[in-house]
Amino acid sequence: MATASTSLPSAGPASDSRALLSRLRDGDEIARLITFIFAATVVLISILLVLELWHDSALPRHKFGFAFFRTTTWNPIEGEFGALPFIYGTVVTAAVALLIAIPLGIGAAIFLAELAPTRISDTLEFFIDLLAAVPSVIYGVLGVFIVVPLMRQFIAPWLKRILGFLPLFQGPAYGVGFLTAGIVLAIMVIPYIISVSREVLLSVPSDQREAALAVGSTRWESTWKVVVPFARSGILGSIFLALARSLGETMAVAMVIGNDPKISASLFAPGYSIAAVIANELAEATSELHTQSLIALGLVLFLLTFILNGLARILIVVTSQRGAGTARA
Amino acid sequence: MNRRLRWRKFVSNVMLTLTGVCAAVSVSALILILGYLVVRGGASINWNFFTKLPAPVGEIGGGMANAIVGSGKLLLIATLIGVPIGFLGAIYLAEFSGHRMAFIVRYSADLLNGVPSIVIGIFAYSVAVLPFKQFSTLAGGFALGLMMIPITLRSTEEFLRSVPNTLREGAMALGASKWKTIATVIVPAAYRGILTAILLAFARVAGETAPLIFTALGNSFWSPGWTQPTASLPVTIYNYALSPYEDWHRQAWAGGLVLLGLILIINIVARGILARGISVSRS
Repeated sequence: MATASTSLPSAGPASDSRALLSRLRDGDEIARLITFIFAATVVLISILLVLELWHDSALPRHKFGFAFFRTTTWNPIEGEFGALPFIYGTVVTAAVALLIAIPLGIGAAIFLAELAPTRISDTLEFFIDLLAAVPSVIYGVLGVFIVVPLMRQFIAPWLKRILGFLPLFQGPAYGVGFLTAGIVLAIMVIPYIISVSREVLLSVPSDQREAALAVGSTRWESTWKVVVPFARSGILGSIFLALARSLGETMAVAMVIGNDPKISASLFAPGYSIAAVIANELAEATSELHTQSLIALGLVLFLLTFILNGLARILIVVTSQRGAGTARA
Repeated sequence: MNRRLRWRKFVSNVMLTLTGVCAAVSVSALILILGYLVVRGGASINWNFFTKLPAPVGEIGGGMANAIVGSGKLLLIATLIGVPIGFLGAIYLAEFSGHRMAFIVRYSADLLNGVPSIVIGIFAYSVAVLPFKQFSTLAGGFALGLMMIPITLRSTEEFLRSVPNTLREGAMALGASKWKTIATVIVPAAYRGILTAILLAFARVAGETAPLIFTALGNSFWSPGWTQPTASLPVTIYNYALSPYEDWHRQAWAGGLVLLGLILIINIVARGILARGISVSRS
């Protein structure tokens, strides 16, 4: 017993170091450690990002509290900062964008997934994927030079004539404004909706279609009452993705919304969005409070998109698993 | 009954036609708009655009040479930051990590990927601009690099996982250590996919504007070294498009075409590489 306990400490380190040496010679532990450091960097960055946003928005949080979200005055010179006009602009433009993009995008996705021959569907999908890669500043340029003049000369007068009794479509149309920004956003997010929705529609097992057709549905009934409900949560996921993207979009909106921190009932009126005001003012913010109020707006945007993206991911995963589960069964 | 059936068939045809109309409207609107960009950009582009500095306000001519070089420098830094972290992180996820760590890393990457680019810009601004009180190429490249990480990481991991396990087992059965297996068998087997992932990440950040506005700022002249504000193609396009000068509008179109061409070419090349398949067929 006594000899064993005395011999152990001397044998232990020797065998340990020999084992360590052999593992080091293979290099596995080193490779593991190095790659681990890089993987951990990713985690570290996202934690830092959240902490930084929180820490650097402390001033307006303490000074204004929740009034920050309720007040409408944004006056950097007087040091008054209210976020409501920006939140309003962000929400309204995203809503307009989705109202346009959802029917068009889902209709197109149904066509591509259910009706179009595979070759046409795949070719168009290739183009749509490329369009999803077009940078937003280019959509902004197109918005400034095409959509804004069109809005001033044709779309706004036409809407006023037909729907002018609604407060939404009254007042002077400058070309820039909520509606223009919404249209440009819609053009931007349609490729996302088509691409993801087509994918989930294609993942619906064909037994479902065949069963519906076999009991006498028309082609449309099998699509609308069986296939689409089956893929419902995935389609909803694509909409959430599009929403998150519209809320966070900066350049395209900043270029066509008019950059005026006002809340107006008219969709023709110029407004402002969270992302746009950050882009325009952060580089030139002079007071600490101004900078931090902008960062607080960034925090709001971060939380909104964080929640929406999370929901979208859950919905898309659920649908594709459901498709796979039924196909296997 | 017969009438009802006819009605149902009628509805079916109408609705199916409508979906076709939706597809036609979406696709043709998108293609028309980009076609217009190609026409306007093509008419505006000339050799000076690539070789000259911006002309002083009011003068006709000049180009975006400094913005093109600036974008190149920014993207170089972005690649140096984004690719190693994304690539090696993905190797850890696919080859070494346990479930819990993998979940945390993936979750963080998805979080980074979903953050609006302007928020990434704010982060880069507080980390890389405020402490040094200086807008710089480095800060802009840092912001873009952050955006490259999650795209590279997630798709590289996917391609590494698609390498069949028999290859891993074969290499290890011959006595190769794990890292040797990774370096000489698994990564080469997945290299097309990994290259695609990196190219797509590159294309994605090449057009990013928002995070550059308050990190790299902009510059009407050459930006020497790495610690000065620099012009970049997307930010210059943005500024020119909003300016009141006709000749700057023309250059914004030209810049848009160059940027779009670059990004579309990278995308098509990336897809082409991938379409030829992962070089080892799955067993």
